[in-house]
Amino acid sequence: MISATATARSGRKAARSTGGTVDHGAWFLVLPALIPILVLSVGPLLYGISLAFTDAQAGRTEPTEWVGTLNFQDLLHDTLFWESFRIGLLWAVGVTVPQFLLALGLALLLDQRLRLRWLARALAIVPWAMPEVVVGIMWRLVYNPDAGILNETLRDLGLGSGQDWLTGLATALPAVIVVGIWAGMPQTTVALLAGLQNTPHELHEAAALDGAGAWRRFRTVTWPAIRPVALAVTALNFIWNFNAFALVYVLTSGGPGGRTRLPMLFAYEQAFRYGQFGYAAAMGCVMVALISVMLAFYLVGRLKGGEDA
Amino acid sequence: MTALRTGRAGRAGQYAALLGYLVLLAFPFLWLISTAFKPPRELGSLHPTWIPVNPTLANFRQAFDEQPLLQAAGNSLIAALAAALIAVVIATPMAYTMARRRGRLTTAATGWVVVSQAFPFVLVIIPLFLVLKNLQLINTLSGLIMVYVVWSLPFALWMLVGYVRAVPGELEEAAAVDGASRLRTLVSVTAPLLAPGIVATALFAFITAWNEFFFALVLLKTPEKQTLPVVLTHFLGAEGVADLGPLAAAAFLATIPSLVIFAIIQKRITGGMLAGAVKS
Repeated sequence: MISATATARSGRKAARSTGGTVDHGAWFLVLPALIPILVLSVGPLLYGISLAFTDAQAGRTEPTEWVGTLNFQDLLHDTLFWESFRIGLLWAVGVTVPQFLLALGLALLLDQRLRLRWLARALAIVPWAMPEVVVGIMWRLVYNPDAGILNETLRDLGLGSGQDWLTGLATALPAVIVVGIWAGMPQTTVALLAGLQNTPHELHEAAALDGAGAWRRFRTVTWPAIRPVALAVTALNFIWNFNAFALVYVLTSGGPGGRTRLPMLFAYEQAFRYGQFGYAAAMGCVMVALISVMLAFYLVGRLKGGEDA
Repeated sequence: MTALRTGRAGRAGQYAALLGYLVLLAFPFLWLISTAFKPPRELGSLHPTWIPVNPTLANFRQAFDEQPLLQAAGNSLIAALAAALIAVVIATPMAYTMARRRGRLTTAATGWVVVSQAFPFVLVIIPLFLVLKNLQLINTLSGLIMVYVVWSLPFALWMLVGYVRAVPGELEEAAAVDGASRLRTLVSVTAPLLAPGIVATALFAFITAWNEFFFALVLLKTPEKQTLPVVLTHFLGAEGVADLGPLAAAAFLATIPSLVIFAIIQKRITGGMLAGAVKS
């Protein structure tokens, strides 16, 4: 059996090196997915980038013209956009960091042999499975100034009469961030838990025998093992959070007074409320560019940080 | 932080923390259910209770009266089913190729899977909107399905590549040695082993499409075409003044399919994500 496999393997290698028919087979297998990807993903992406250099608008009869970098120059002076960008960064960092810490705590707990672990595992998935729109609606009910459970609990505890969280100028962004943290915790927890379960158990035992406390064991054994996963997860979460739309659209629609107007909401309004396709596309380009640069710095810094980071 | 030498106090702390997480995760959903069964008088009360005093189904009836929920659910079902089936049918052969051979194409496809996660939807949706408009596919489910297929491909490929790698190549080689043709090997050796993974991927693509909001909001204009998440936002009203009872009832109903499917595939998804992440 073993020798048969070996011959088969060498036979296959020979077939591969002669190429020809095998490659036709590969193309045949790949094309059904490749065509939609090229036509509906790569193509539109390039088209979108090129739109940023035009004056494309919705429902206009004259042909679209090239305007060079005019959109980008306008964007540079658009204080509303930069305010929205700043809110987007606050939101993305404000969601990603606590989300990671809370998810790490939950993953560490779920990695233990605790009772009720099954229940926590099942519940931890709920926010992930729900439609984002429903998550938004649900939290609107929680935050509702009169019929909401949050204010009622505060009143019961004698902590004031509560407030209108989502329409208050000061409370809207923090309130929305809390929902963002809640909604994104499951994916992060699952990824970290997977990383934890790949940690060699013997190392823990050895460290424990050497008298290392829980914190030292976490620092020296657990963290180095899950660091790559943690890095990838925070980077991805940051991107996803920065591009978030549905949650905040349902919770506040960007209000009050633009306090929660994330860049995606801003771009959506420009494109589909005011029909400024070219301008909105330019916004998309600027968002991608700036986020890529920030992430590059983050990842390079972390990777260089080496063992003790 | 393993269970090796955790003292009694440590254990108690862990249970307290776990309880905290349970409450944090569960309470908004419980509140949604509670609100869905409350009569208007309790919803207007300044001292809402966790358990409805006089539970009622009136909110559900009113929800169906106010918005075309059944039609919206039908639209969602068609879009999600079609998108999931098409995505899996075209992604499986490609994932198989990506898993079994290395080359420029595999590298490029993997690169696309990663990069496509980073692009803001707005940069993709404007050109897609214009393209679909030229094809007269705005405000049609077919247009939406096309977008969903492409949108779910990166994750479907990612999961499927992991599942294909989990099928040992030696099995296929053994079949080849026994004289089975390539097609025969794929059909009778690989496919059965891959089937659970394919089903899990399809179900995941289904949920993603069922839950999706942004593309549906942009592409579907008239209420009779819209999917469930878009129709749900109509309950919110123009000024954000919402009729809480029907809103909660409809939102609760819209969640049930996702929760049921997710419960079924929960383990497989975690497994698939892991498998996709492991490079052989």
